[in-house]
Amino acid sequence: MKKNNKKKEVKKEKSDGISRDQTQWVYSETVREHFFNPSNFMKPEEEATFKSNASGMVGSPACGDVMRFWLWINPKTEVIEKCRWRTFGCGAAIGSTSMLSVMITEKGGMSIEEARKIKPQDIIERLGGLPEIKFHCSVLGDKALRSAINDYFRRSGQISRIVPEEGRIIDPDTKTTDKDIETAILEGADTLEKIQDRTKVGVANPKVIPEVEQLIRFYKEKHSIS
Amino acid sequence: MDHAATTPLDPEVKAAMEPFWSKNFGNPSSIYQPGMAAKQALGQAREKIAKVLGAKSSEIIFTAGGTESANLAILGLSRAIYYGDNHPKKCHIITTKIEHPAVLNAVKALEKEDLETTILPVNKYGMVIIEEIKEAIKPETILVSVMYANNEIGTIEPIAEIGKLLKKINLERKTANLPKIYFHTDACQAAGYLDLNVEKLSVDLLTLNGSKIYGPKGSGILYVRQGTPIKPLIFGGGQEKGLRSGTENVPAFVGLAKALELAQKNKDKESKRLAKLSNDLTGKILTSIPKSFLNGHPEKRLPNNVNITILDIEGEALLLYLDNYGICASTGSACHSQNLEPSHVLQAICLPREIIHGSLRLTLGKSTTQKDINYIAKILPQIVQKLRDLSPINIKLKK
Repeated sequence: MKKNNKKKEVKKEKSDGISRDQTQWVYSETVREHFFNPSNFMKPEEEATFKSNASGMVGSPACGDVMRFWLWINPKTEVIEKCRWRTFGCGAAIGSTSMLSVMITEKGGMSIEEARKIKPQDIIERLGGLPEIKFHCSVLGDKALRSAINDYFRRSGQISRIVPEEGRIIDPDTKTTDKDIETAILEGADTLEKIQDRTKVGVANPKVIPEVEQLIRFYKEKHSIS
Repeated sequence: MDHAATTPLDPEVKAAMEPFWSKNFGNPSSIYQPGMAAKQALGQAREKIAKVLGAKSSEIIFTAGGTESANLAILGLSRAIYYGDNHPKKCHIITTKIEHPAVLNAVKALEKEDLETTILPVNKYGMVIIEEIKEAIKPETILVSVMYANNEIGTIEPIAEIGKLLKKINLERKTANLPKIYFHTDACQAAGYLDLNVEKLSVDLLTLNGSKIYGPKGSGILYVRQGTPIKPLIFGGGQEKGLRSGTENVPAFVGLAKALELAQKNKDKESKRLAKLSNDLTGKILTSIPKSFLNGHPEKRLPNNVNITILDIEGEALLLYLDNYGICASTGSACHSQNLEPSHVLQAICLPREIIHGSLRLTLGKSTTQKDINYIAKILPQIVQKLRDLSPINIKLKK
């Protein structure tokens, strides 16, 4: 059971239906690197002293992913000069948050306007890909980042610059919006189950499900999907 | 440390199988010499298994594994009765929430054929309540299916007691002219550690397979008590008394018989050894890692099963780290599943989702030593600390 036995051990293991590991957790080298050696995460001893002027958090423990960002934004240049994060979640969640933290602070830092435009796809690309099942649930870092940027505007009194999340938030835990649901439907998720597979909407908040079902009917009619 | 997923082939089993690949490759249905030799080997394998179960060899049906056996038991029996000569208008089946998907999904398939089902809850230890089985029985009940031991949390179900209860109820039903209730148990996880005598258990159908007992994958048996109505799922040349057509996988079944014989021979000694190791591991983990607790029954559990929940971290991340240290484990976290749904067993013992995500299953086996236990006990707290440092949440432990 020592390290040099690793390859042999892994090979003989097969799924029995509960380990459910047939193909899904094959991560790229970059993901593994960021997972095992994460950059910019908030160390416990730093928390009291790290100077930040913005923070944001998304996700819910029930869904299995929570991400939190702390930013230091230079008020003159509006460039993100420093950032820290913490993530509760799987390898993809930790790896993608770490990668995002690198993207926004490398080369002297990114302006908040640019940072706001980062999409999950940009992070996934830099990671050298992710298993498809992880796309929609594990890459929440961009939302946490935008939430932190809004916090910066709030704290600095620039209320007019706050940009609400695109669309209307349906599930406050997952920050799933009506737009997310529409996109999922256009990409072929045509039942509540399939949409939950992608977005986890309502998984921890069953009370929003009737509204989600209504939106599914609405968007299916809108796009003539039967 | 994931022996509940599967086990390596025992060298003795491999040796027993060896002659039946290329040398004695005959088809048991052929009447010439090599065919007869294969038929004889198959017969001996069947006898060995029957002996372990305290059954007749004619009651052993070879299949391609645990999933097939469970499907044959549930679908084969229910359809034989539901579509049989007496053709009852209604049929009812009872099972539990924590069964393996092979049982649960077969039962769900029957719901679509308009059979009624009751899927019983379990208590917080994962144990089915006998009183609830009794209450769930209806005049049209034909089958109760309860697993012998759970694959995720290791809880051992009171099979012999349920069997005894059903025997008593069936006597009363006979005088009341009600259909007999048959009893199936999925013994795949139990086969290496528990008594499989079908008389002591009072079961009519019993599923077990090779891949969990150091036997070959793709091998299983269904014990079918004489006189139990059952219809095949696979049709063809009529092998296995017409219940499982297709040329018999002679090497696999010879291997399965050998594996079962070895497992049952060593079960007391091995159970004792593994229980000591797993208790040691559980104790070490629970004392060194704050906010962690054991899932399943504290005593009535498989000797090789350790299932622990560790709050504030996610199971897949934990597995990746353990793998990096050469330790293979399993989790009930949704992030590690194909359908993003957390473990149905941990949901059935009423763990909230945020807690299920932090579950870790370590299952010991023949090759596990005290050194391995010490190694895991040393590594695990370090990994947990690292992941907790990364985690923004702090769930309060309510007990």
